[in-house]
Amino acid sequence: MTTIDNRPEAVSSALAEAADDAGRAIHGVASWATTADHKRIGRAFMVAALVMGAAALIVGALLGIERLNADDAVLQANSIGQLFSLHRVGMLYLVAMPLLLGLGLAVAPLQIGSRSLSFGRTAALGFWAWLMGSILVIVAFIGNGGPGGGDADMVDLFLMGLALALIGMVAASVSLVTTVLISRAPGMTLGRTPALAWSSLVGGVANILVLPVVIGVLVLLSIDHQYGRLVFGGNAGILDWMSWAISQPASFIAVVPALGAAADVVITASGRRHPQRGGVLVGVGVFSVAMLGAVTQVTHDLPWSGSSIGDKIKNVLPFALFNLLPILGAVIVLGMVALALKGGKPRLSAGFVFSLTGLIVIVGGVVAHALAPIVDLQLAGTTYDEGVFTAVTSGGLLVGLGAIAHWGPKLWGRKIGDKQLLPLALLGFVGADLGALALAVAGFQGQPAMTAGGFDYKFSPQLLNGIAMAGSALVALVVVLFGLLALKSFTSGEAAGDDPWDGQTLEWATSSPPPANNFSDLHTVSSAEPLLDLKPARSNA
Amino acid sequence: MIALPPAPAPAPRRQLLIGTSAVGAAITMLFGGMLAVWWRFRENSPLRSGAGEKLIKDWKPKGVKIPMVPVNVLFFTLIMACLMAQYAVYAAKRADRSNVTLGLGLTMLTGLAALNAQAYIWGQTKIGIRDGRFETMFYAVTGSFFVLMIVGLVFTVVAAFRHFGGRTADHEVITSHALFWYILTAIFTAVWFVVYVTK
Repeated sequence: MTTIDNRPEAVSSALAEAADDAGRAIHGVASWATTADHKRIGRAFMVAALVMGAAALIVGALLGIERLNADDAVLQANSIGQLFSLHRVGMLYLVAMPLLLGLGLAVAPLQIGSRSLSFGRTAALGFWAWLMGSILVIVAFIGNGGPGGGDADMVDLFLMGLALALIGMVAASVSLVTTVLISRAPGMTLGRTPALAWSSLVGGVANILVLPVVIGVLVLLSIDHQYGRLVFGGNAGILDWMSWAISQPASFIAVVPALGAAADVVITASGRRHPQRGGVLVGVGVFSVAMLGAVTQVTHDLPWSGSSIGDKIKNVLPFALFNLLPILGAVIVLGMVALALKGGKPRLSAGFVFSLTGLIVIVGGVVAHALAPIVDLQLAGTTYDEGVFTAVTSGGLLVGLGAIAHWGPKLWGRKIGDKQLLPLALLGFVGADLGALALAVAGFQGQPAMTAGGFDYKFSPQLLNGIAMAGSALVALVVVLFGLLALKSFTSGEAAGDDPWDGQTLEWATSSPPPANNFSDLHTVSSAEPLLDLKPARSNA
Repeated sequence: MIALPPAPAPAPRRQLLIGTSAVGAAITMLFGGMLAVWWRFRENSPLRSGAGEKLIKDWKPKGVKIPMVPVNVLFFTLIMACLMAQYAVYAAKRADRSNVTLGLGLTMLTGLAALNAQAYIWGQTKIGIRDGRFETMFYAVTGSFFVLMIVGLVFTVVAAFRHFGGRTADHEVITSHALFWYILTAIFTAVWFVVYVTK
């Protein structure tokens, strides 16, 4: 042996260490890929949705830049229409809906005292189907295959990819709904179910009823596109037939769980029992009536001037049922949240600020939507609808971020720094409002939707489109920075403890992060706030 | 960690039955959406004179003939599949293993007969998927239902394997399997009326 040779035992020890590292890495990847643990599946949904969220918002900002000056084009003319579609499809089916579905999968079983997810492997399959479908959708758009795209094969890929992504979300929803229905802890009636678990149930049912209708249309479009293109008008007709699925009230379905999540975070921050907790559940239920409007596949317009009284009554009924009832639900939830805060001093955590501001943005969007179907206002086909869509999806995204800040410590055992997150929450609120309001005002000016040029109105188009672009860019920035802070917290954040927010519901009764089966023992629940029952000093506050 | 009072053993959960119901709701909405689009095309079609100078919607092309006998046989076969699946449930509740086997076997046989009937209908109509709007929609709707029947057959195979694998006390899988065939038959009732009867 020469002096520069390593000793055999040192070499074998280094090799063994490297093999151990590689083995651990392979085992880690394999355990994530084959997991049926609801916490992991939910986190995977949320992480993937946030990555896609940043991308979709950046696309939105690029389209905003394009709208600033159509003569000085940044994007290719034939790709602009497709990018508008990508932004909408992305924000709804690749970001807001999976983010909040993932939140429900991760947290709702803990809230109801369940040890596992019903059909855990189905939920895992749902995640992978959604992820693969989402990637196919993005690849198709890149290959000029979005609605109206020029590459026929890529258009086929888009239709099949989106159908696959939606099938994945339906599968995950079936799993979540079954869990909330049958796996609640003894004593936890549906009336005692925490708001997030309840809204996950309602949102899951809405997904099960609405998404298959979209899938059915996609199947028809796909078969027609592959064989003859005689029915739906080929590439150009795709958007006409699926525009209802990427507009209001279909977008409301995606944010149903956001209402419950926001209510839960605010009630926990208030530190007291909610005096009218049932109202939150009623509000979420009434809001979900939006699914009726979505499955009818048409816009329920309200023509007013020039119609007889009989016609007015005939038109008002479907308008009120499909457009006004969801507002009532959203306003009830906001009212209940305000009631929770009345007379108290809530803990100003980042999760609280994100959730409350996100809820306000959602409710603003839902209320504003009531004007869109009024024919006399001539808002159809304008950016007003884009403004409402931006408010609803951005609001859902903000609530999702707030929920991650709130329940993240439970899921991975470490807190995300509140001091860094609070300015982001305010920045996100400002960005979402600017983006939505500017597009809505431009809509009142008659700016056409889904185009980047040809605007002809008095109020400065450049100013409005500049504000909208800035809003989208701000929200994108917030998502990226939030992701980085969450990553930092995951690796080196402050240990959270089991009950960092002085919680009221069952998820705070287990360790952070929870063990594989969530709870070491099953618990009997005797109220909607089982943990407050054990904290007598505050239960009557 | 906060300690809550321990709970008694949980009551039996009907997980598979609830899950099958949810899937049933989803596929019902899937076909509801597809048939709604079909119906819309039919309603928006212009009128033309049919047999006996009666005005009818010009949706199904004049030369296309759909043989109703195999269609009705398909419908009847699906009803038979439901009866056989229910027979398996009846036998499972009485721990009658041989009759469960018979029920599931007959469900599979009638399911295969239903697939055959659908293939026969396609052969008899003698239309191509690219021939026109009606033809494309016809194949899209009936083809999707064909896929659904295959899923039903897979469910039958899974239920049979679980039963033969020794889980004879697990009636839920047999019951859920029967529920799935009921849902399929209910959906076909709508397809039968919209696609084959009103055309």
